[in-house]
Amino acid sequence: MSSDQPILETRGLSKQFARRPDLAERIAAVFGAAFDARSVRAVDDVSLSVSRGEVLGLVGESGCGKSTLGRMIAGILPPSSGDILYNGSDIRTHAVPGTAPADLAVQMVFQDPMSSLNPRKRVLDIIGEAPRVHGIVSAADSDQYVAELLHQVGLDASYRRRYPHQFSGGQRQRINIARALAVKPAFLVCDEAVAALDVSIQAQVLNLFMDLREAFDLTYLFISHDLGVVEHLSDRVAIMYLGRIVETAPTDALYRDPNHPYTRALLQEVPRVGAGRRRFTPVKGEIPSPLNPPAGCHFHPRCPQATARCRNEAPALREIAPQRFSACHLNTDS
Amino acid sequence: MPDNLLVIEDLHTHFDTPQGVIKAVDGVDLEVGGGEILGLVGESGSGKSITGFSILGLLDAPGRVARGSIRFKGEELVGASPERLRTIRGREIAMIFQDPMMTLNPVLRIDTQMIEAIRAHESLSEKAARTRCAEALERVGIPSPEERLNAYPHQFSGGMRQRVAIAIALLHRPALVIADEPTTALDVTIQAQIIHEVQLLCAQAGTAMIWITHDLAIVDSLADRIAVMYGGRIVENGPAADVIASPSHPYTRGLLDSVPSRNRRGSRLAQIPGMTPSPLNLPAGCAFQPRCSRATEACTAPPPPREFGDGHSVRCMHPLEQAA
Repeated sequence: MSSDQPILETRGLSKQFARRPDLAERIAAVFGAAFDARSVRAVDDVSLSVSRGEVLGLVGESGCGKSTLGRMIAGILPPSSGDILYNGSDIRTHAVPGTAPADLAVQMVFQDPMSSLNPRKRVLDIIGEAPRVHGIVSAADSDQYVAELLHQVGLDASYRRRYPHQFSGGQRQRINIARALAVKPAFLVCDEAVAALDVSIQAQVLNLFMDLREAFDLTYLFISHDLGVVEHLSDRVAIMYLGRIVETAPTDALYRDPNHPYTRALLQEVPRVGAGRRRFTPVKGEIPSPLNPPAGCHFHPRCPQATARCRNEAPALREIAPQRFSACHLNTDS
Repeated sequence: MPDNLLVIEDLHTHFDTPQGVIKAVDGVDLEVGGGEILGLVGESGSGKSITGFSILGLLDAPGRVARGSIRFKGEELVGASPERLRTIRGREIAMIFQDPMMTLNPVLRIDTQMIEAIRAHESLSEKAARTRCAEALERVGIPSPEERLNAYPHQFSGGMRQRVAIAIALLHRPALVIADEPTTALDVTIQAQIIHEVQLLCAQAGTAMIWITHDLAIVDSLADRIAVMYGGRIVENGPAADVIASPSHPYTRGLLDSVPSRNRRGSRLAQIPGMTPSPLNLPAGCAFQPRCSRATEACTAPPPPREFGDGHSVRCMHPLEQAA
């Protein structure tokens, strides 16, 4: 395979969550009442590609669909429509679950290090179960294998007989990372992996991510709402708003010269250390409900530069400079 | 300074547990002037929230103020009667919590909760109270406040709920507001809106504020003064610009250096080794000493406070050089 083929690609990926009718509504339907079948388009026609060895930062506010997108890529959530290609082949073409190459190669690190570890299992079983089941190590070697993994994520190997509650938040996140690494993945989806940690611990875990990337030649999709963390770690950044990608660009270019009005608003509003006292000039309004998103460009009700066209027509993601894409009518109007 | 609104001296708040005494706050000295915004910064378990709760007498058992004094407008709050504290809470000192869903009663309408808060301290007709509520909601930027008064908390978004909580806190125009991580649960754009409004409201009414947070970036853009807590003690205290530009305590320096956006992209972050000590078993002397690169034998004794003039002080045996 050629080296410029993306390791992972999504094409027109969408996810809708529909409400199922409850008992009363099903009875009402028998008598001919119409059911209000509203659905949420959590992810709406997203096409993204991630190159081998790249760190792609995915930024957005709560409810924008960034976690749903991450879960679909990790294979936890089936998409409603669209394709996910791993090394050029669709991850769903393998009929038997667990046999696709992407199933083990794409792993996920979750946000909450407590609720994502089984409190009744020892670290040895939490980390060691998957590689044993998948035949990566024999049961006899499992103990040694887990000890090595713990060492790689910066934990003492003697901890492997402990339970999750005996660890601090930062240590638990390291266990989470070790579990993801246990099946020798090539691609990690990190969903707000450092959001729950204190500043000094966050720095330690971010350093670990960077070390592991080098040691294991990993590719990351790094999902976060923290623009500072994403700026530090990512090669390229994608900004998401209400289910759609509104801008993607190499990190330097995006932070130096954001194109989409939403990206600009986001960057303006991040408090920064060293900026000193200042007055905030926040964008107006709230994130609209995804149950009933605004027509046209989803950002238009809050956008200071919105025109009539923005209210009616959804802008497509267009290339505005090499490697830079933005979904905004202002780029084509002028 | 006699004109200070709040003076905390040598505050010790302890929790007696079967495992031993947890010294959550272990000798805190703090002053807040009228209209001043103080940023109280620390990581989880540093005792910053417990300091806030101690001021309002909101400690849950087995927590207790073991020693020290908290004087508000010259009046001693430690050991004050529950009745006296109740008249101060809400009227003179108000609190904004991290999670607005926990402050608001989910089964009562907003108007019920707000009118109750007004009439707890003032005898006012229901109608007059309702008008006050609508005005308060309007001030914090809630559209169509008259209608929204009839809504329940779950009908508001997270940002709107926090605005309601702020409106309630400001109902009696308190002299001091204690805000405990009020924007941590919110999105970036909503956080900016809330900070913007709090800045405006405090400036208009001359309200003093203690903003408790783990986020240095927020206090830098908001606070007049910064106090950094570690292991139950204030390790550094000074004008915000000074503390950020030339931190004197190695811990403050370490915190600032580990903020990703202050590092060169892709480079390893400067990290503080180790982890926050358990409050059950704090190291002797300086609590930061086991993680500190400058620690020596001398650090096993409690470090005395050092003053640099202009109100910047530090508790460290080996403070970093001050930029001239």
